[in-house]
Amino acid sequence: MNDIVLEVRDIVGGYGPMTILNGTSFDVAKGAITTIIGPNGAGKSTAFKAIFGLLKVRSGSIRFLGRDVTNAPPRRLLEAGICYVPQGRNIFPELSVRHNIELGAVAAGRSITDMPRRIEAALDRFPVLRRKANQQASTLSGGEQKQLEIVRGLLLDPKLVLIDEPSIGLSPMMVQETFGILKDLRARGVSILMVEQNARSALEISDYGIVLELGQTRIVDKADRILHDPRIGQLFLGGGLAA
Amino acid sequence: MTRSLAAWLAGIAGAAALVLLPLALNRYGIYILSLWAVMTIAAIGLNLTLGYAGQISLAQGAFVGIGAYAVAILTTSGFPFVVGLAAALAVSFAVGWLLGYPALRVQHHYLAFVTLAFSTLAYLVFRNEEWLTKGIYGIVGVPRPSVLGIATAKPLPFYYLCLGALAVVSFAVWWLVRSPWGRAFVALRENPVRALSLGVDTRRYTLMAFAIGSALGGVAGAFYAPLVEFVDPTPFTLALSLNLLMMVIVGGAGFFLGPFLGALIAVLLPEWLRFMEGWYLIAYAVFVMVLLVISPTGILGILDRHLTARRTRAASQARAAAKPVLNSEAA
Ligand SMILES: Nc1ncnc2c1ncn2[C@@H]1O[C@H](COP(=O)(O)OP(=O)(O)OP(=O)(O)O)[C@@H](O)[C@H]1O
Ligand SMILES: [Mg+2]
Repeated sequence: MNDIVLEVRDIVGGYGPMTILNGTSFDVAKGAITTIIGPNGAGKSTAFKAIFGLLKVRSGSIRFLGRDVTNAPPRRLLEAGICYVPQGRNIFPELSVRHNIELGAVAAGRSITDMPRRIEAALDRFPVLRRKANQQASTLSGGEQKQLEIVRGLLLDPKLVLIDEPSIGLSPMMVQETFGILKDLRARGVSILMVEQNARSALEISDYGIVLELGQTRIVDKADRILHDPRIGQLFLGGGLAA
Repeated sequence: MTRSLAAWLAGIAGAAALVLLPLALNRYGIYILSLWAVMTIAAIGLNLTLGYAGQISLAQGAFVGIGAYAVAILTTSGFPFVVGLAAALAVSFAVGWLLGYPALRVQHHYLAFVTLAFSTLAYLVFRNEEWLTKGIYGIVGVPRPSVLGIATAKPLPFYYLCLGALAVVSFAVWWLVRSPWGRAFVALRENPVRALSLGVDTRRYTLMAFAIGSALGGVAGAFYAPLVEFVDPTPFTLALSLNLLMMVIVGGAGFFLGPFLGALIAVLLPEWLRFMEGWYLIAYAVFVMVLLVISPTGILGILDRHLTARRTRAASQARAAAKPVLNSEAA
């Protein structure tokens, strides 16, 4: 791993007096998919919030492309090229599909002048969204809503995508389609950091895996080695991962 | 395509009516129409703060007052109108920005109380700071300006000046709500946390929503002063703030045309219902209550629901007619 986009070093942080991250450290390789797995409550989503500036880190550091971005506000991170697709539903249900997509452009700097064209291109890639562009976003199915979120996140051409449990509530076909989007992004040189409970399928498309427990990094390795590590199945994933 | 064409045609017809109608009106009719234009500007500002950004304000009337006093004080001291207008804009923008700070901490009815307190404070300043505002005696003889060498002292030219101001404000706001800024205001109203993760600087946008909305209140005041040619504290009580709030809500908060419609009703209804004398307020109150029961999103909300229902019907027909991938023989 000599090409590193994101460097997380010993970060400590949490909610109010409650410490959730206890010195979490890991690297994210350039142009690769890295997947974080770990039990519920391990602090995976919290780590994402800390990276994306939504949660103050009390100590430790986060570097993006060599620059220190510890506790930088989301807007600066977006401008720098990080996008974040949070866990759960994150669309604006009352607004139209198109309006939702346009919100991905809010943080666009002055250098981006072709936003209308990018929005049209995004709609072309996802015909469902094009067809329903003027409908309220709440009328989309769960899978379509997730697609909308991803499309919105990609509008600024991020270099690093943080995506938290994208497969929740999606049909197997939709999961494969979503993973397909991530693989396409990787092929275009985008780095991806993903959290997934669907560990087997996620690790199968990943280059690296990270196991997080109680806010600490336990294992960092190549994805296929984690996939075949018997300890991991036993410890966190109800066994049978390597079966 | 056809829908936006219809909207354009309606817009052009409306603009033509606004230009031609006063030619057929007497002095008083022109005054009422000018008042409508001025109040619409203030309501557009409040619609931005309340309808788009979702921040309630009971102080818009106070900003109209600030703008009116800025112009009255400066023009009666010999400064040209544009200086007064610029001061009205700048002062109400700055004060609006400051008034936004409480909104960073409190929401909804608590924010309503904070802005209500500000409204009372502004009124007390207008009334008691006689060295500046001449107190209850008011400032008389606020002149109407000359624009490009044309005097607007007569009702008709002054009406066109107000209409021009309304047009400029409308285009500016129309552009604003379609820009990423306006999109972000709405995101902030819908869900601040989600807006934050899309890079909306919630702090700055909240303050901005107050500042721009208030600045438009100030602009309305800047035209109100020469319209009535006399400024005293009485028009700028809480009643005006409530009235402006009513215009926004009756027309349809968050709809671009809401303030135009709401101000039309609020300004014209008392005239039409003049024959009812003291009863007209009761009639207005009943109308507003019935309207809000039928449609909490105002008059334009009814129209919007109707259009949505039509589109939904079309979509469900299309779905019924669509070919399934699995045919029943396969089952
Ligand atoms: N907003 C919050 N306020 C207080 N505590 C929180 C908050 N969000 C999460 N926590 C706590 O932080 C811990 C870690 O939560 P986090 O969401 O990071 O877990 P996770 O690893 O993403 O789990 P999951 O797989 O269930 O999504 C949990 O114990 C949770 O109770
Ligand atoms: Mg989580």
